[in-house]
Amino acid sequence: MAEEVLLFGAWASPYSHRVEMALKLKGVEYKYVEEDLANKSPSLLKYNPIHKKVPVLVHNGNPIVESQVILEYINETWPGYPLLPKDPYERAIARFWAKFIDDKCLLAIFKASWGEEKEREKAAEEVPEFLNHLENELKEKRFFGGESIGMVDIVANFISFWVGAFEEAFGSELLTREKFPKLTNWTHQFVNNTVVKESLPPRDKLVAYLRNRFGGRNVSK
Amino acid sequence: MGEVKLLGTWPSPYLYRVIWALKLKGIPYEYIEQDLYNKSPLLLQSNPVHKKIPVLIHGGNPIAESVIILQYIEDKWPQNPLLPSDPYEKAVARFWVKFADEKGLSISKVFRSSGEEQEKALKESLEMLEIIEEHAPGLGQKKFFGGDKIGMVDLTLGLLAHWMGVIEEVTGVKIKEAGKFPRLEAWIKNFKEDPVIKENLPELKDMLPAMKRRRETVLASK
Repeated sequence: MAEEVLLFGAWASPYSHRVEMALKLKGVEYKYVEEDLANKSPSLLKYNPIHKKVPVLVHNGNPIVESQVILEYINETWPGYPLLPKDPYERAIARFWAKFIDDKCLLAIFKASWGEEKEREKAAEEVPEFLNHLENELKEKRFFGGESIGMVDIVANFISFWVGAFEEAFGSELLTREKFPKLTNWTHQFVNNTVVKESLPPRDKLVAYLRNRFGGRNVSK
Repeated sequence: MGEVKLLGTWPSPYLYRVIWALKLKGIPYEYIEQDLYNKSPLLLQSNPVHKKIPVLIHGGNPIAESVIILQYIEDKWPQNPLLPSDPYEKAVARFWVKFADEKGLSISKVFRSSGEEQEKALKESLEMLEIIEEHAPGLGQKKFFGGDKIGMVDLTLGLLAHWMGVIEEVTGVKIKEAGKFPRLEAWIKNFKEDPVIKENLPELKDMLPAMKRRRETVLASK
């Protein structure tokens, strides 16, 4: 029986991009379905009735949702390139940082970019604190995953590319070389990786999209 | 393999998730109660990023965040598995663990807030219950979310089985109307009757005054 892998995604979504990267790193053949998030397809609503979001991976008719859940699934289902360390403790550490990035970093960056004023001020203070934790975690490693890209790097894709686009779109300064030299270096290593480069959205298009979608700072979401 | 230490604060539902996992797998551990208003050097050293409980320390290695700890316990001690072995079923379970962990925060928020903030948290909590009642696989047909045996999803939802009632009493706010969530209620009954869980639940008579005091402290500090 032929294997069928479908990925429902959106070109501007970092979450969707994570899954593409993972599939490519593993060498999995898949069919990509672009979703118009303003006009969600019946398939998307069928496969993700609870959150109605992308990305959704459909493997032989079985839908998996939530990007980090999908990454774990991809890692377990297809052998070869390891997205997570084998050692349970190192694996726990990787999962910890992946959770930290989504729960804390990304949330703070969103709030700092377009939250309500009070929220924005608080978030603006938190962002450098959180980025500092990541800066320290990198230590002397090339990637969070060590010599090669792993799940934490993939989850941090937002920081490597979308943050730059955010900074351009909203005139904010989130990731500076002076304050975060290791993280800045990591950013370059990451976006220049062949697999990553292949799946990144065009930067200009992303900046224009962000400006358009999230407007000025005073627009509430 | 190294000794296991568990840092926690009674009667945190996040702490109990880890206690249940350790008990279900028969893993001996040393429990060390923490004072969150006067954090110990051990806690700050073991969880410098969040400075929260629970923290599991295994052979000197600290792991923080309850769902991450659960996954570590599962990886390290495979007996009495808490997750299905099939990758797809495992992914479904992970989805519900994430859902329960994130949405459960709304119930905690009902406890920690009042007025408009509490109303918003109440609405979110109700949405969570409705989604579980309608969408959770196996609910109503099987004894637990994990099937015939308790699994990671059950542990993550433990908040609903025991703490939610106390929160309702302490805040005077009804989160779950009786009779409206029959499948969820059936699960709550099964969960609380499981011998391991039953033996490892904080006593209601002690929880009520403690949580009343905690709520007063939290509201006063706002």
